[in-house]
Amino acid sequence: MSISLLTFYLFSAILLLSSLMVISTKNPVHSVLFLILAFLNAAGIFVILHAEFLAMILIIVYVGAVAVLFLFVVMMLDFKTSLGKDNILQYMPIGLLIGLVFIAELVIVLINTRLDLSNIQILSNPLDNFSDQSNTEAIGSILYTNYVLYFQLSGVILLVAMVGSIVLTLRDREGVKRQIVSEQVDREGKIELVDVKSGEGVDI
Amino acid sequence: MIELNQFLILSALLFSIGVIGIFLNRKNVIIILMSIEIILLAVNINLVSFSYFLNDLTGQIFSLFVLTVAAAEAAIGLAILVIYNRNAGSIEIEKINTLKG
Repeated sequence: MSISLLTFYLFSAILLLSSLMVISTKNPVHSVLFLILAFLNAAGIFVILHAEFLAMILIIVYVGAVAVLFLFVVMMLDFKTSLGKDNILQYMPIGLLIGLVFIAELVIVLINTRLDLSNIQILSNPLDNFSDQSNTEAIGSILYTNYVLYFQLSGVILLVAMVGSIVLTLRDREGVKRQIVSEQVDREGKIELVDVKSGEGVDI
Repeated sequence: MIELNQFLILSALLFSIGVIGIFLNRKNVIIILMSIEIILLAVNINLVSFSYFLNDLTGQIFSLFVLTVAAAEAAIGLAILVIYNRNAGSIEIEKINTLKG
Protein backbone atom coordinates (compact mmCIF):
# COMPACT_ATOMS: atom_id res chain seq x y z
CA MET A 1 0.00 0.00 0.00
CA SER A 2 1.56 3.24 -1.12
CA ILE A 3 1.96 6.22 1.14
CA SER A 4 -0.43 8.37 -0.91
CA LEU A 5 -3.17 5.74 -0.60
CA LEU A 6 -2.58 5.60 3.12
CA THR A 7 -2.84 9.39 3.48
CA PHE A 8 -5.96 9.35 1.31
CA TYR A 9 -7.63 6.82 3.62
CA LEU A 10 -6.53 8.75 6.71
CA PHE A 11 -7.83 12.09 5.43
CA SER A 12 -11.10 10.68 4.12
CA ALA A 13 -11.78 8.72 7.33
CA ILE A 14 -11.30 11.83 9.46
CA LEU A 15 -13.32 13.88 6.96
CA LEU A 16 -16.29 11.51 7.06
CA LEU A 17 -16.19 11.05 10.83
CA SER A 18 -15.98 14.77 11.55
CA SER A 19 -18.79 15.59 9.14
CA LEU A 20 -20.88 12.92 10.88
CA MET A 21 -20.10 14.65 14.16
CA VAL A 22 -21.15 18.01 12.65
CA ILE A 23 -24.69 16.78 12.10
CA SER A 24 -24.97 14.72 15.28
CA THR A 25 -23.58 16.78 18.16
CA LYS A 26 -25.96 18.63 20.44
CA ASN A 27 -23.76 21.65 21.00
CA PRO A 28 -23.56 23.96 17.95
CA VAL A 29 -20.09 25.20 18.98
CA HIS A 30 -18.78 21.64 18.79
CA SER A 31 -20.30 21.17 15.37
CA VAL A 32 -18.60 24.34 14.09
CA LEU A 33 -15.28 23.03 15.38
CA PHE A 34 -15.87 19.66 13.70
CA LEU A 35 -16.72 21.56 10.50
CA ILE A 36 -13.32 23.23 10.71
CA LEU A 37 -11.69 19.79 11.12
CA ALA A 38 -13.60 18.55 8.07
CA PHE A 39 -12.40 21.50 5.98
CA LEU A 40 -8.80 20.92 7.00
CA ASN A 41 -9.00 17.28 5.94
CA ALA A 42 -10.65 18.25 2.66
CA ALA A 43 -7.68 20.55 2.08
CA GLY A 44 -5.47 17.49 2.57
CA ILE A 45 -7.51 15.60 -0.04
CA PHE A 46 -7.02 18.54 -2.43
CA VAL A 47 -3.27 18.41 -1.88
CA ILE A 48 -3.33 14.70 -2.77
CA LEU A 49 -5.14 15.72 -5.99
CA HIS A 50 -2.39 18.24 -6.85
CA ALA A 51 -4.70 21.22 -6.35
CA GLU A 52 -2.50 23.11 -3.90
CA PHE A 53 -3.99 26.53 -4.60
CA LEU A 54 -7.53 25.35 -3.86
CA ALA A 55 -6.32 23.60 -0.70
CA MET A 56 -4.82 26.83 0.61
CA ILE A 57 -7.92 28.80 -0.45
CA LEU A 58 -10.05 26.29 1.43
CA ILE A 59 -8.02 26.80 4.58
CA ILE A 60 -7.86 30.59 4.29
CA VAL A 61 -11.43 31.29 3.16
CA TYR A 62 -13.33 28.53 4.89
CA VAL A 63 -11.43 27.94 8.11
CA GLY A 64 -10.34 31.55 8.42
CA ALA A 65 -13.53 33.34 7.41
CA VAL A 66 -16.66 31.26 7.00
CA ALA A 67 -16.19 28.92 9.96
CA VAL A 68 -15.26 31.84 12.20
CA LEU A 69 -18.39 33.63 10.94
CA PHE A 70 -20.42 30.58 11.97
CA LEU A 71 -18.68 30.58 15.33
CA PHE A 72 -19.50 34.28 15.84
CA VAL A 73 -23.18 33.74 15.07
CA VAL A 74 -23.41 30.61 17.24
CA MET A 75 -21.92 32.46 20.17
CA MET A 76 -23.94 35.64 19.56
CA LEU A 77 -27.34 33.98 19.40
CA ASP A 78 -28.96 32.60 22.50
CA PHE A 79 -29.54 28.88 22.24
CA LYS A 80 -31.22 28.31 25.57
CA THR A 81 -34.57 27.60 23.97
CA SER A 82 -33.02 25.50 21.23
CA LEU A 83 -31.47 23.03 23.62
CA GLY A 84 -34.76 21.96 25.13
CA LYS A 85 -36.61 18.72 24.68
CA ASP A 86 -35.36 16.39 22.06
CA ASN A 87 -37.63 14.67 19.57
CA ILE A 88 -35.08 13.57 17.03
CA LEU A 89 -36.72 10.14 16.86
CA GLN A 90 -39.71 11.68 15.12
CA TYR A 91 -37.72 12.42 11.98
CA MET A 92 -35.11 9.68 12.29
CA PRO A 93 -36.83 7.03 10.08
CA ILE A 94 -37.53 9.25 7.07
CA GLY A 95 -34.15 10.95 7.29
CA LEU A 96 -32.20 7.72 7.56
CA LEU A 97 -34.29 6.13 4.80
CA ILE A 98 -33.60 8.94 2.34
CA GLY A 99 -29.94 9.11 3.34
CA LEU A 100 -29.36 5.38 3.03
CA VAL A 101 -31.14 5.24 -0.33
CA PHE A 102 -28.86 8.07 -1.49
CA ILE A 103 -25.71 6.36 -0.25
CA ALA A 104 -26.73 2.96 -1.64
CA GLU A 105 -27.54 4.28 -5.10
CA LEU A 106 -24.40 6.36 -5.48
CA VAL A 107 -21.98 3.82 -4.01
CA ILE A 108 -23.41 0.84 -5.90
CA VAL A 109 -23.20 2.73 -9.17
CA LEU A 110 -19.67 3.93 -8.48
CA ILE A 111 -18.33 0.56 -7.32
CA ASN A 112 -19.66 -1.31 -10.33
CA THR A 113 -18.55 1.08 -13.04
CA ARG A 114 -15.10 1.93 -14.25
CA LEU A 115 -14.95 5.33 -15.85
CA ASP A 116 -12.63 5.35 -18.85
CA LEU A 117 -11.40 8.88 -19.12
CA SER A 118 -8.70 8.28 -21.70
CA ASN A 119 -11.07 8.66 -24.66
CA ILE A 120 -12.52 11.99 -23.65
CA GLN A 121 -11.52 14.69 -26.12
CA ILE A 122 -13.36 17.72 -24.81
CA LEU A 123 -10.62 19.14 -22.65
CA SER A 124 -10.58 22.90 -22.75
CA ASN A 125 -7.55 23.62 -20.57
CA PRO A 126 -5.27 20.57 -20.61
CA LEU A 127 -2.74 20.55 -17.84
CA ASP A 128 0.08 19.64 -20.25
CA ASN A 129 0.05 23.23 -21.49
CA PHE A 130 1.03 24.37 -18.00
CA SER A 131 3.61 21.72 -17.24
CA ASP A 132 6.35 24.26 -16.51
CA GLN A 133 4.15 26.30 -14.14
CA SER A 134 3.01 25.77 -10.59
CA ASN A 135 -0.64 25.14 -9.85
CA THR A 136 -1.23 28.73 -8.76
CA GLU A 137 0.39 30.13 -11.90
CA ALA A 138 -1.62 27.80 -14.11
CA ILE A 139 -4.91 28.80 -12.46
CA GLY A 140 -4.03 32.47 -12.68
CA SER A 141 -3.05 32.29 -16.31
CA ILE A 142 -6.49 31.11 -17.38
CA LEU A 143 -8.62 32.64 -14.61
CA TYR A 144 -7.67 36.16 -15.67
CA THR A 145 -7.93 35.48 -19.41
CA ASN A 146 -10.51 32.90 -20.44
CA TYR A 147 -12.65 33.17 -17.33
CA VAL A 148 -12.31 36.87 -16.56
CA LEU A 149 -16.04 37.49 -17.04
CA TYR A 150 -16.94 34.81 -14.46
CA PHE A 151 -14.27 36.18 -12.18
CA GLN A 152 -15.81 39.66 -12.32
CA LEU A 153 -19.27 38.17 -11.83
CA SER A 154 -18.16 36.37 -8.69
CA GLY A 155 -16.88 39.71 -7.44
CA VAL A 156 -20.33 41.21 -8.04
CA ILE A 157 -21.89 38.27 -6.17
CA LEU A 158 -19.64 38.94 -3.19
CA LEU A 159 -20.50 42.66 -3.30
CA VAL A 160 -24.22 41.89 -3.36
CA ALA A 161 -23.79 39.48 -0.44
CA MET A 162 -21.89 42.11 1.55
CA VAL A 163 -24.44 44.88 0.89
CA GLY A 164 -27.30 42.48 1.57
CA SER A 165 -26.05 41.28 4.91
CA ILE A 166 -25.23 44.82 6.04
CA VAL A 167 -28.69 46.08 5.04
CA LEU A 168 -30.37 43.11 6.73
CA THR A 169 -28.65 43.46 10.07
CA LEU A 170 -28.45 47.25 10.36
CA ARG A 171 -31.08 48.77 12.63
CA ASP A 172 -31.94 52.08 14.28
CA ARG A 173 -32.01 51.89 18.03
CA GLU A 174 -34.10 54.13 20.27
CA GLY A 175 -32.38 56.56 22.61
CA VAL A 176 -28.97 56.61 21.03
CA LYS A 177 -27.33 60.04 20.79
CA ARG A 178 -25.82 60.70 17.43
CA GLN A 179 -24.47 63.62 15.46
CA ILE A 180 -26.89 65.34 13.07
CA VAL A 181 -24.66 67.32 10.79
CA SER A 182 -27.37 69.40 9.12
CA GLU A 183 -28.69 70.75 12.42
CA GLN A 184 -25.17 71.45 13.58
CA VAL A 185 -24.36 73.50 10.50
CA ASP A 186 -27.71 75.25 10.57
CA ARG A 187 -27.22 77.08 13.90
CA GLU A 188 -27.71 80.59 12.48
CA GLY A 189 -29.37 82.47 15.38
CA LYS A 190 -27.22 81.00 18.10
CA ILE A 191 -23.85 81.94 16.68
CA GLU A 192 -22.39 85.40 17.11
CA LEU A 193 -19.28 86.68 15.42
CA VAL A 194 -17.33 89.13 17.61
CA ASP A 195 -14.48 91.25 16.45
CA VAL A 196 -12.01 91.01 19.35
CA LYS A 197 -9.68 93.93 19.79
CA SER A 198 -6.17 93.15 20.83
CA GLY A 199 -5.44 93.50 24.55
CA GLU A 200 -9.05 94.20 25.58
CA GLY A 201 -10.74 90.84 25.55
CA VAL A 202 -14.46 90.36 25.11
CA ASP A 203 -17.53 89.97 27.36
CA ILE A 204 -19.46 86.75 26.99
CA MET B 1 -2.28 4.56 -7.09
CA ILE B 2 -5.59 5.99 -6.01
CA GLU B 3 -8.41 5.55 -8.47
CA LEU B 4 -11.06 8.05 -9.48
CA ASN B 5 -13.83 5.88 -8.05
CA GLN B 6 -12.45 6.18 -4.54
CA PHE B 7 -12.68 9.95 -4.67
CA LEU B 8 -16.17 9.76 -6.15
CA ILE B 9 -17.33 7.39 -3.40
CA LEU B 10 -15.85 9.71 -0.77
CA SER B 11 -17.69 12.64 -2.27
CA ALA B 12 -20.94 10.65 -2.53
CA LEU B 13 -20.70 9.67 1.14
CA LEU B 14 -20.02 13.28 2.12
CA PHE B 15 -22.96 14.51 0.05
CA SER B 16 -25.25 11.93 1.68
CA ILE B 17 -24.08 12.95 5.15
CA GLY B 18 -25.06 16.53 4.29
CA VAL B 19 -28.50 15.46 3.06
CA ILE B 20 -29.08 13.34 6.19
CA GLY B 21 -28.04 16.32 8.29
CA ILE B 22 -30.69 18.49 6.66
CA PHE B 23 -33.36 15.87 7.27
CA LEU B 24 -32.46 14.85 10.82
CA ASN B 25 -31.94 18.28 12.28
CA ARG B 26 -35.02 19.97 13.64
CA LYS B 27 -33.50 22.11 16.34
CA ASN B 28 -31.60 24.98 14.79
CA VAL B 29 -31.02 26.38 11.37
CA ILE B 30 -27.26 26.77 11.84
CA ILE B 31 -26.72 23.02 11.57
CA ILE B 32 -28.67 23.07 8.30
CA LEU B 33 -26.39 25.82 6.95
CA MET B 34 -23.39 23.71 7.94
CA SER B 35 -24.92 20.71 6.15
CA ILE B 36 -25.18 22.84 3.01
CA GLU B 37 -21.50 23.70 3.41
CA ILE B 38 -20.70 19.96 3.64
CA ILE B 39 -22.71 19.30 0.46
CA LEU B 40 -20.82 22.04 -1.39
CA LEU B 41 -17.54 20.58 -0.12
CA ALA B 42 -18.53 17.20 -1.61
CA VAL B 43 -19.25 18.93 -4.92
CA ASN B 44 -15.83 20.58 -4.79
CA ILE B 45 -14.07 17.27 -4.17
CA ASN B 46 -15.90 15.84 -7.17
CA LEU B 47 -14.87 18.73 -9.42
CA VAL B 48 -11.25 18.68 -8.32
CA SER B 49 -10.89 14.92 -8.66
CA PHE B 50 -12.27 15.00 -12.20
CA SER B 51 -9.91 17.89 -12.91
CA TYR B 52 -6.99 15.77 -11.76
CA PHE B 53 -7.93 12.56 -13.54
CA LEU B 54 -8.94 14.27 -16.80
CA ASN B 55 -5.73 16.31 -16.68
CA ASP B 56 -7.80 19.44 -17.20
CA LEU B 57 -7.72 22.66 -15.20
CA THR B 58 -11.33 23.75 -15.75
CA GLY B 59 -12.64 21.80 -12.78
CA GLN B 60 -10.43 23.70 -10.37
CA ILE B 61 -11.64 27.03 -11.79
CA PHE B 62 -15.25 25.97 -11.30
CA SER B 63 -14.44 24.79 -7.79
CA LEU B 64 -13.10 28.27 -7.06
CA PHE B 65 -16.40 29.81 -8.17
CA VAL B 66 -18.34 27.31 -6.06
CA LEU B 67 -16.26 28.41 -3.06
CA THR B 68 -17.13 32.06 -3.78
CA VAL B 69 -20.85 31.40 -4.03
CA ALA B 70 -20.76 29.26 -0.89
CA ALA B 71 -19.11 32.07 1.07
CA ALA B 72 -21.72 34.57 -0.13
CA GLU B 73 -24.52 32.16 0.73
CA ALA B 74 -23.17 31.58 4.23
CA ALA B 75 -22.95 35.33 4.87
CA ILE B 76 -26.52 36.01 3.68
CA GLY B 77 -27.90 32.97 5.51
CA LEU B 78 -26.30 33.94 8.79
CA ALA B 79 -27.54 37.55 8.41
CA ILE B 80 -31.09 36.29 7.88
CA LEU B 81 -30.67 34.01 10.91
CA VAL B 82 -29.56 36.93 13.11
CA ILE B 83 -32.52 39.14 12.19
CA TYR B 84 -34.95 36.23 12.48
CA ASN B 85 -33.65 35.48 15.95
CA ARG B 86 -34.00 39.18 16.85
CA ASN B 87 -37.61 39.32 15.67
CA ALA B 88 -38.92 35.92 16.71
CA GLY B 89 -36.67 35.16 19.69
CA SER B 90 -35.87 31.64 18.53
CA ILE B 91 -34.40 29.83 15.55
CA GLU B 92 -36.01 26.46 16.16
CA ILE B 93 -37.21 25.11 12.87
CA GLU B 94 -40.41 23.70 14.32
CA LYS B 95 -41.39 27.16 15.51
CA ILE B 96 -40.80 28.78 12.14
CA ASN B 97 -44.39 28.33 11.02
CA THR B 98 -45.64 31.86 10.46
CA LEU B 99 -46.60 31.05 6.88
CA LYS B 100 -48.50 27.89 7.97
CA GLY B 101 -46.95 26.06 5.06
